[in-house]
Amino acid sequence: MVKTDFGYNSKVEGEVIVTRADAVVNWVRSHSVWPMPMGLACCAIELMAAGGSRFDISRFGMEVMRFSPRQADCMIVAGTVTYKMAEVVRRIYDQMAEPKWVVAMGACASSGGMYRSYATLQGVDNIVPVDVYISGCPPRPEALLDGMMLLQEKIRKEGGSLRRTFKGRVVETKVVS
Amino acid sequence: MDAAALTARFPSVRDLAGKDMPAYEVAGSDLLAVVKHLRDEQSFDLLADLCGVEWKDRTPRFGVVLHLLSTASKEYVRLHVPAVDDRVPSVSSLHPGANWHEREAYDMFGIRFDGHPDLRRILMWDGYPYHPLRKDFPLAGIEVPLPAADVAAVTGQAVEPAPMMGGPFVSHGGHMSEGEPAALDQSWTEERPKS
Repeated sequence: MVKTDFGYNSKVEGEVIVTRADAVVNWVRSHSVWPMPMGLACCAIELMAAGGSRFDISRFGMEVMRFSPRQADCMIVAGTVTYKMAEVVRRIYDQMAEPKWVVAMGACASSGGMYRSYATLQGVDNIVPVDVYISGCPPRPEALLDGMMLLQEKIRKEGGSLRRTFKGRVVETKVVS
Repeated sequence: MDAAALTARFPSVRDLAGKDMPAYEVAGSDLLAVVKHLRDEQSFDLLADLCGVEWKDRTPRFGVVLHLLSTASKEYVRLHVPAVDDRVPSVSSLHPGANWHEREAYDMFGIRFDGHPDLRRILMWDGYPYHPLRKDFPLAGIEVPLPAADVAAVTGQAVEPAPMMGGPFVSHGGHMSEGEPAALDQSWTEERPKS
């Protein structure tokens, strides 16, 4: 939204800013990420620390933690996903309204981590699409903030933000008059 | 503890000459009476632990080990109970804390606890077909479908074996390896059994 010499005359058009629709929508979305903490293990403790005053996740516009999937658009999977829990994680992901993003926080959520056994899902990306992986066991809150800012960067580059999607597929927009 | 009173009252109880604490082998049929005797008359009022054990070459194959603590005299006693036909009486009527311990022993070893109020799996999901801590269960696991059929249909995911070979985070003592971290004993895998 830089003022340029051509295509825009402030004397004629007043307080008007010309930009792309994607840029506006993505700018809004990226600065109001509503995360849902899917706290499954010790990573959730670091997630709580990131929400506290010392690290203060609200500096970056994503402090509105919602514990209901219907009111969230970013699931932070923080911890070990067992096969027993995998079902629940997928169901909660399905209940989130689109657009939605997933952050795999820590080694366990990213790859199963040190739990290589009959009980542990080897990475949450086996059941839900993951946008950002954060390394660490557990990652420090700074690493989570860095990952979330990476997600914001990714959101800002997304195209087709006005298209309606359902279950990852584009659906036709119906105009109701 | 008063060992003489215990053996006088229960002659079938066998002293295992435990090195760290008094240890006795108790038949399943005597277990409830022995635990009640220890709780009410010898002040072993706290069930510190109850776990399942597998002895691969013994008969019976499974057993249960109880650790009882006396909060009055600050001493432990250990009871070994062989699980004849994989069955052991539940002590959850005497020590309510045994409830989940017994569910775990059932889940991991398949030991049935007679008289348990709610003997369901506790760590694995209902309907899981194996008992994972048995010695004949491979370390990597066995492939089974996900517990939720609809999630499995959408994701195409199953409960997959995860072999340790080439696996993560096993440290070698003494020096840092230059190579990728891997399982310590590489001579055997799930496909090639330990000789």
